[in-house]
Formats: sequence, C-alpha cells, structure tokens
Amino acid sequence: MKPNGNDPLVMIDNDRHLFKVSRNNFTDPDVFAKERERIFSTCWLYLGHESELKKPGDFVTRVVGGRSILFNKDRQGNIRALFNSCPHRGSQVCRERKGNAKSFQCFYHGWVFGQDGALRNQPGEESYGHDFKNDPDSNMRQVPRLESYRGLYFLCYDPEAIPLVDYLGNAKEYLDVIFDQSVDGMEVIGGTQEYAMNANWKLLVENSIDGYHATSTHATYLDYLKSMEGGLTNVALSGVGKDLGNGHGVIEYSAPWGRPAGQWVSLWGDEGKKEIDALNARNEKLYGKEKADRIAYKNRNLLIFPNLIINDIMSLTIRTFFPQSPNLLHVNAWAAGPQEESAAARKFRLSNFLEFLGPGGFATPDDVEALEHCQLGYRNSQEVRWNDISKGMGLEQPAMDDEEQMRAFWREWSRRLTGPEQIRGERT
Amino acid sequence: MIAATEKGSDAGTLTRPEVEDFLYAEAELLDEWRLPEWLDLFTDDATYQIPPTDIPADASPDNNLFYIADDRYRLGERVKRLMKRTAHAEYPHSKTRHQVSNVRILSQDDGQVEVACNFSTYRTKDDFSNIFFGKLLYGLEVSDGKIRIRSKRVVLDTNGLRNQGRISIIL
Ligand code: FES
Ligand SMILES: [Fe+2]
Repeated sequence: MKPNGNDPLVMIDNDRHLFKVSRNNFTDPDVFAKERERIFSTCWLYLGHESELKKPGDFVTRVVGGRSILFNKDRQGNIRALFNSCPHRGSQVCRERKGNAKSFQCFYHGWVFGQDGALRNQPGEESYGHDFKNDPDSNMRQVPRLESYRGLYFLCYDPEAIPLVDYLGNAKEYLDVIFDQSVDGMEVIGGTQEYAMNANWKLLVENSIDGYHATSTHATYLDYLKSMEGGLTNVALSGVGKDLGNGHGVIEYSAPWGRPAGQWVSLWGDEGKKEIDALNARNEKLYGKEKADRIAYKNRNLLIFPNLIINDIMSLTIRTFFPQSPNLLHVNAWAAGPQEESAAARKFRLSNFLEFLGPGGFATPDDVEALEHCQLGYRNSQEVRWNDISKGMGLEQPAMDDEEQMRAFWREWSRRLTGPEQIRGERT
Repeated sequence: MIAATEKGSDAGTLTRPEVEDFLYAEAELLDEWRLPEWLDLFTDDATYQIPPTDIPADASPDNNLFYIADDRYRLGERVKRLMKRTAHAEYPHSKTRHQVSNVRILSQDDGQVEVACNFSTYRTKDDFSNIFFGKLLYGLEVSDGKIRIRSKRVVLDTNGLRNQGRISIIL
C-alpha cells in the first residue's frame, strides 16, 4: 500500500497561512513517472548556451529530460537539437561529449548523417528501395521545439507547447537584468561541474532559491568570509521573494559579498575598483541609474520552472538538474560571464564561484548533505507526512528568507501533476 | 614535523623510495584526519587544484571553472572548515583510504621535483561508499632537508562526479 495514496500532493490553507507538501512527492515512483510525462515531456527545458557552439560544426551531447540529445551548429550557423539515436536500430550516433564534426557516422552499421541529421549514405545503399533516403524516418530526428532567449537554448518535447517567450513570462525581465550585464554577450566559461545528489530533484529546486538556510547550513562559509581581509562590504542581507507565475520564482536581495557585476570589495584592490566603477558608469549610461544599480548591487536567485537555476550572486552560475530516479539527481553547472570581461575580473569571478559553489566549494557540499538527509528522513513519510513551506505566507511582500518563491514552484508543479481542479480544492 | 619529510640522501635530490615514503605519510595524515599537520606539508605559495573532467587536464583555473582551485590561503581555510563540526558535509567525518601507486619522478632540478602517481581514494559516509581515482601531479620542493608540496593537482579519470556526488574530503 502506498503511504499517502489518497492524500493531496500539496495542501494549502490560506486562512491559517499554511502550505504543506506531501513527502510522498519525493519518494513515490508513480509521482516520478507522472513528472516525466507531465513536466519533463511538456515544459521548456534548458539545453545549453549559444557560446558552447562557437564554430560551425561544434557539437555537444547531453542528456536532457531523460533523452539523449545532440546539440550542434551546422555550416550555415543554424543551431539544432537532434535526438541522438540512429534511425536504423537506435544506437547513439555520436558518442563523444563534445567536438567538431562535418558529419556523424553511426558505428553500428555505418550510416552517415549530415549536421542537420539527414541520412547522407549507408553501406549497401543498393539493397534499399530507391526513395529510402527521402523518407523522413531515415533521418535523425530533430526535437519538436527548440527556441532561445538571450543566448539560452531551451527545448521542448511537446510540439503544442506555447512559445518559449510566453512560457518565460515575468522571468524574462530578470533574465534581461542578468544578461544586460554584458554588451558583447555572455559566454559560458570552460569547464562543467557535473555532480550528483542522493536526493529528489525538487529538493534542489527549493534549496537553490532558499534564503532561509544560510546562517545554519553555511556557517563555515560565513566564518570564512568574515575572516577574510577585505572580502565583505557592510551591506546587509535583505530583499524580497516573488512568485513570477508559470512556476518561476526569484529572490532578489542585497548582500555583503563582492559581485563582479558591480559590487566592489577591497580585496579586489584599486585596479579592481577602477574596473568596477567603469562598468557601473557604462551601465548607467546604457540603462539609467535605477537599472544600473539593480544590476550592480542586487543578487538574484532565479528559478525557471522546472529545473533551471540562474544565480546571479557572488558569481554567475547556470545550473540544471534532472532526476534519475526519485532519490537521485544529476547536476550540470556552469559559470558564465561577459565576453568583454578583463582577465583579472574573470579570475575574481571564478575564484568567488569556487569559494561558495559547486561540489568542491565551501557551501554547496553542505547543501548536498542537507538534501540527502531530507531524503533519508523521508523514509518516515508514512508517519511524518508533510513538509512545511509556509514561511511568509501571510505577508504582503514576503522577504528573501521567506518561502513564497518555493510556493510558486509547488503551485505550478501541483497544477501540472493533478490538474487545476485539485489545486483549487485546497484543503476541503 | 613528521619523519617522512626529513630528507636522507643528497641535498636537493630525491630517490623514488623517498618520494613514496613521503606520499604514503601524506596519505596517512589524510586518512587520520590530521589535516593541520597535512597542511604543514605545503609551501606558503602552494596550490591545490582539481580541474573538471570535460576540459584538457592542463587547463588553467584563471579562465576555466574548476572543482577546486585553492591557493595556500584558501587551502588553509579549507582545512579550518573541515575541522569544524559545522562543516556539515564532513560531519561526522567520512572514513577514507588514500592509495598511491605507480610513482614516477618526472624531473628534478635544483630542489624542484616533479612527480606523477596514480591514486584511488575510497570514502564512506553514512551508508554510502564510493571511489575517486585518477592521476596526481605534484610539484615538490626540497630545502633544509625537508620535502614540501608546492603544487598538487588531482586529475580525475571519471566523467564528472556522478558516483561520488561531491568532493568534500581532500583527495
Ligand atoms: S544502428 Fe546505426 S547504422 Fe545501424
Ligand atoms: Fe545553500
């Protein structure tokens, strides 16, 4: 018998300001199967950044939403996403992680495909019907939808999906603030952090936009910053948390750490100050003071539903993750920065990143430990059934250390899994 | 200072057994979580680096995102952090077993000794065990009869950290 078979997935009591999420959602194979069908097969999913495909012929292979994808740029400069499966008998055609290729040959029987996935030739061609090559089923298949915004490429396995820009909705404006940090364009910096957690993927969604846990989970990181000469400003940690609609959420806040996007700390020296001042002056000229200040001094942890996190904090990171099973997730994380950035600024950016972020940083490993211990705690979910996400629920404007941005995620998640009737059902 | 860093033979040059003894002693300090003593093996300008696995092994951390790229200051802070109860990822401490093998001296010149070896490090935390493996590149320095580490670079042979999840121990 399933622990909470007939319970709602999410329970909302607006009168008492309670927002509860069933722990079953983190362990149940049926929920996992429904997520594959109703989330990872219908939502726009982050695939990669245009700067990863610089030259014609560049390609990257990647698993996105459980599918094996070949992301590439052809001779004419068109960017494509192909299902990396041979139309003949299904082998993965491209077995390299990245590279540059004029064509792709499946090694099993030797079929050769163009950069557009079209079958070019196959051994023993004369044994096939004369129009075999004209049959679209002989080609590598393109993903149904591929669209981009500010250089971020998303794919969608649902041909009927709404356009990406509509899906992004209110999150677009936050992406603009982040990507307007560069005039020449942002680029993904070399090197991918590929890691894993023995935890349900939704735990990492919550954690990535959780402004509440820093003091206890990241005590050693905060100790480190405090002890470092010139590592911090005296700016206070404060800001807001928002539901952006469509499941997207954000926290936007000021914080004491240095930001290569415009908040100088004395550790970066006089040269660093000149550079940051020039950057802020440029932004003010381009965008006006209000927006320039927002770019420079406000941090953003942005969730694009369901699984893309763009954290514009002491560094800029693009992070996406996919469940392998209810209790295992794989993460890919990149650092991004303006193409025009100086070598010194790039160094600070990366150094800032590594102090805090990633599987070898001073903070992320403690997040991983927390999420894994939540997952272990869910062994008791038959008896101890509900997660609490109520913080700040009754407030007009929830703060960055409240949980409104997570409720944004759960509302959309629940709507997609159960349909609108049941989320409206709220606790009745 | 531990005995293994005392240098027996001709000043400024090392034999392979001397290097091996040194590396075994380093491994022992790590496995016993004697991290402040381990830190003493490093020079003041030392670096400790773990590049990601999808870029060339000799890439620079100045323009590539690494897993770890510590200078001596941050390495010291890493050790301080790991010795605290609030370093949650390593509390309670993992059990580890660091193995080094296939030790080669690549070059030595004027007290600077470049060494390569293979490694595998086993880690157990809670109910999970996993392995890190690959190649270690050391820049060692011999002076005043002591061996110190000027650089340590960990080149992983895995694709990312899908099985290990994170690098919260020292490799
Ligand atoms: S499976 Fe690809 S050529 Fe046969
Ligand atoms: Fe965290």
